[in-house]
Amino acid sequence: MDPNEHALHNAPFLWRTPEPKSSYEAVVVGGGLHGLATAYYLAKNHGLSDIAVVERGWIGNGNAVRNTTIIRSNYLWDESAAMYEHALKLWEGWTEELDYEILFSQRGVLNLAHNLHDVRESVRRVNANRLNGVDAEWLDAEQVKEFCPVVDISPEARYPVMGATLQRRGGIARHDAVIFALGRACDALGVDIIQGCEVTGIDVTDGRVTGLQTSKGPIAAGKVGLVAAGRSSLLAAMAGFDLPIQSHPLQALVSEVYEQVLNCVVMSNAVHVYVSQAHKGELVMGAGIDAFNSYAQRGGLHVIEEQMSAGMQLFPHFSRARLLRTWGGIVDVCPDASPIVGLTPVENLYVNCGWGTGGFKATPGSGYVMAHTIATGEPHELNRPFSLTRFETGELIDEHGAAAVAH
Amino acid sequence: MFQIRCPYCGPRDEPEFKYGGQAHVAYPSDPEALSDEEWARFLFFRDNSKGRYAERWNHAAGCRRWFNVIRDTGTHELVGSYRVGEQPADAR
Repeated sequence: MDPNEHALHNAPFLWRTPEPKSSYEAVVVGGGLHGLATAYYLAKNHGLSDIAVVERGWIGNGNAVRNTTIIRSNYLWDESAAMYEHALKLWEGWTEELDYEILFSQRGVLNLAHNLHDVRESVRRVNANRLNGVDAEWLDAEQVKEFCPVVDISPEARYPVMGATLQRRGGIARHDAVIFALGRACDALGVDIIQGCEVTGIDVTDGRVTGLQTSKGPIAAGKVGLVAAGRSSLLAAMAGFDLPIQSHPLQALVSEVYEQVLNCVVMSNAVHVYVSQAHKGELVMGAGIDAFNSYAQRGGLHVIEEQMSAGMQLFPHFSRARLLRTWGGIVDVCPDASPIVGLTPVENLYVNCGWGTGGFKATPGSGYVMAHTIATGEPHELNRPFSLTRFETGELIDEHGAAAVAH
Repeated sequence: MFQIRCPYCGPRDEPEFKYGGQAHVAYPSDPEALSDEEWARFLFFRDNSKGRYAERWNHAAGCRRWFNVIRDTGTHELVGSYRVGEQPADAR
């Protein structure tokens, strides 16, 4: 279409669609939220002006728009709490900084406890959070009901609510708006966002990365950051090393649009459901991963059914809600449920992956530390513990029990 | 959801099965002799390829036996299944 005619009928484009130059100082592979956030901070914090983001699909196609938009930082271990709390603090400034209405809403995140073990684990986590400067409260069942009236706390419930942890600074944001905001901000800082550009090979000479082979031709690069979530293993293999991650489908769904009935985010690790209500009115619910490895961006309906049955128990109100849409994304799950952000066996090649089922909340922090790592060649203090070598040293950051599978 | 052919019971729906990850990962014959790197590779690293993948499944709600499946991780196509002790070439 004639660009002038397009401009007449449409909002202006938020970023350019350049063809790749023959070389860049730094290239980020993956145009999802973490990739764009990495490029944004490379330009903003570290003054790099010769950066490209290459994306095999298009911006706003993958997990960036398939997550359930939950933001929180109430992780158990020090390393995780530091990382996610840094991200949350950046979220608190992003609407202003990016000058875009991303509908960041700190409406509170409840993590329900359904049995004595849950209660003990939750109280322990509240204490750990407070020691790390993360806001956290323990609510008993009555207080849960007061904070979130639609939760069924009756003792006859299949999964009785014995209390919950509450992080008031947690909440949601509109993920589409975040990707728009980041794309525009990157573009304004001179980052080339190159869509429809699939990486088919990684050039390594004498143990050092020199460039990429792509569907749009070769691109030389001084430094390369791999930020490709579920497809990270395939990229790492091109550079000749392995990652300890497995790619799984993760499904989510939305209901039709309803009046606002749910005023906060509610998560339950034990029955495995997490739900919030979008500003527009859809109930947004997330499931657990499908057990098998996959790159197919879809999962089984029985996983959705299990999650809905748990949701019905907690929220009898929702029994007549109607499903509008379900979808799946491919998540990169690490053995210790913590990400890998840092150096690789290849010089000047850096990796940011393994966020698994919980990457959305980390977006600003992930980009911030990844940009530092690429720019300086050394990990930031916050991502130093999240190294690829921790699987050899045994210094795992085991968030399986603490963060559970529900992120 | 897809159907998996249990070599003992025939084709059944996926929820009857439990997933067991990559097949043919042998326990090290001499674990004490492994370096930290080799131990890490055995413990934490599994193939994560796109395409045909040999993986273990357990017929948890049926005969409760373990067996292997060749499945395409890009399409979810079930190429075939075979018993423990058999090789991928035996899949049918």
